[in-house]
Amino acid sequence: MAVVAGAAALGARSARSHVITFDGVTKRYADGTVAVNDLHLEIPTGEITVLVGPSGCGKTTSLRMVNRMIDASEGKILLDGVDVQTIDPPTLRRGIGYVIQQAGLFPHRKIVDNVATVPYLLGWDKRKARTRAMELLERVGLDAGLAERYPFQLSGGQQQRVGVARALAADPPVLLMDEPFSAVDPVVRADLQDELIRLQNELNKTIVFVTHDIDEAVKLGDRVAVLRVGGTLAQVDDPETMLARPADDFVREFLGGDRGIRRLSFVPADLPLRGDLTVPIDAEVSEAAGAAASSAVSWLAVVDGEGRPRGWVSTEGLPPAGKVADLRLLPYGTFEVNGGSLRSALDAALLAPSGCAIAVDADGKVAGVATREELARATAKVAADGAAQPAPAEQAAQSEQAVPAEGAGRG
Amino acid sequence: MDEEPLIRWDWIGRNWPNIQSLLADHVVMAVLPVVFALLIALPLGLASVRWRWLYQPTVGVMNVVYSLPSLAVFIVLIPVTGLAERATVIVPLTFYALAVLIPAVVDGVASVPAHVRQSAVAMGFRPLRRLVSVELPIAVPVVLAGVRVATVSSISLVSVGALVGRGGLGYLFIDGWQRQFPTPIVVGIVLVVLLAVAADGLLVAAQRVLTPWSRARRAA
Ligand SMILES: Nc1ncnc2c1ncn2[C@@H]1O[C@H](COP(=O)(O)OP(=O)(O)O)[C@@H](O)[C@H]1O
Ligand SMILES: [Mg+2]
Repeated sequence: MAVVAGAAALGARSARSHVITFDGVTKRYADGTVAVNDLHLEIPTGEITVLVGPSGCGKTTSLRMVNRMIDASEGKILLDGVDVQTIDPPTLRRGIGYVIQQAGLFPHRKIVDNVATVPYLLGWDKRKARTRAMELLERVGLDAGLAERYPFQLSGGQQQRVGVARALAADPPVLLMDEPFSAVDPVVRADLQDELIRLQNELNKTIVFVTHDIDEAVKLGDRVAVLRVGGTLAQVDDPETMLARPADDFVREFLGGDRGIRRLSFVPADLPLRGDLTVPIDAEVSEAAGAAASSAVSWLAVVDGEGRPRGWVSTEGLPPAGKVADLRLLPYGTFEVNGGSLRSALDAALLAPSGCAIAVDADGKVAGVATREELARATAKVAADGAAQPAPAEQAAQSEQAVPAEGAGRG
Repeated sequence: MDEEPLIRWDWIGRNWPNIQSLLADHVVMAVLPVVFALLIALPLGLASVRWRWLYQPTVGVMNVVYSLPSLAVFIVLIPVTGLAERATVIVPLTFYALAVLIPAVVDGVASVPAHVRQSAVAMGFRPLRRLVSVELPIAVPVVLAGVRVATVSSISLVSVGALVGRGGLGYLFIDGWQRQFPTPIVVGIVLVVLLAVAADGLLVAAQRVLTPWSRARRAA
């Protein structure tokens, strides 16, 4: 009867939210190792919660207690208020997607059948399961031609995508991911991360993602939980807050040295834009000189007929006559005016000898120019907002790093 | 004797029906032990995986049996199974095949990568279904490698049975030796070797059909 009760609980859960609650959970292994120590953690529905921490801090153990591959020694884990201990393990697991580092694909089954694993276990008919598997392959960005291959015929990144597709096959509300992208090279890893963010925007699963990589945690997590060795929770926060206000030295150290710069990824580029610092590419040089003089600047952004940026021109030492198009165009960088981060704006400024960043709209058309003075002001404000932090010496070092726009402008 | 040729083709022609029935007898006595051994090794091997403590004693006993001289075993068995009976050969050969196949089954199941087994658990397989549809299929290449060894050695060992009156093609060796007549000996050797090569080829072909995923892995 436990099976039936479990299935009913699972059905009820998919209709509601999918909160996972760790309620004072401790795991003590047979040899006495305490892998997880009195963990209290609420994993909210529809979000990515990242468990991050050094190797051996109990991330995998915590994750596996959710689908009962490991049973807790003390405390309870609740799925929407239902103690997982009351659910028959195989039934519980069929309702929870699981992705691991080596993908764990079945080597003797074709890709399509690998993806259809859980639907088969749930007793779907073969046609329906395979159709569903094909949909998912497409969804995770894999060519349908790969469906009839065997896992060894795929690259590591492709195998990982199959692993994600397999976990999603029966449309489970909850997804557990244990360092799923750690074994692939950095470029592929970034692709997979972007793909996961895109998928999550469509699917809104409750995802628990384990990693030892703080950059990955900050990139993917709606919330980040930092664990320390011994299995205790050091801090849970959204990434921005965590970068701004690490709870203690352990978290600060774990976040790493360029914490200040990385924080800027979460600050929107809310910069005043100047509209008078651009010049059309088909203008006369004399017009450019006039514009520069009236704005008292020595750089102008060149814009083509479609409104797209083409480069910067220096207005010092201009020839007396000719077209702007004939001048030497210098490199530039852009950031998105809606949704771009302060970090992307700073990055754009660092690419240009002018030290200014060109703002573009979603179509790539120039919306204005952010000057280095405005960039400096914005970064200084971020630094001031974080100044409530406990370590003033470090704060000083961080803000020095955080205003490179001016330095670059001189170059 | 000196001018006796290595092969007298006319002898082969005259004795062909007899050679054929020896060959058939040889095949039966070589193949049945492997089939029986496989049927016994599967449950025993799986039990040894499930209860690790079973493994060492099982393999120990099998190795002792394996070390017994085959002729001695045949002779000991005569009172039980009878002189010149197939069973006198098949029973000991089954034990020899077991000594190869039990470790093969255990190694085969051990060849399933831990992450594959764990992801099967995490997907929600129950133990029996996991064994049947994940672990055993992945064990097939290793088990088949054991079956190849067991088959070839079984084919060669059958000949010894000729000394107790039932040795398939082995009879030709005794016959030729007793009469100082090389033709049957040569025919026997050639046929035993051909049989071994054919059986091995058949098993390789079976492996390709059964495990396309593993053939391709080796090629890659
Ligand atoms: N089966 C086990 N028996 C004993 N100790 C274990 C076992 N599994 C993990 N541990 C120990 O528990 C701690 C946490 O392990 P784990 O959860 O795998 O950490 P993480 O995934 O964060 O690297 C480590 O010290 C590890 O050595
Ligand atoms: Mg781990």
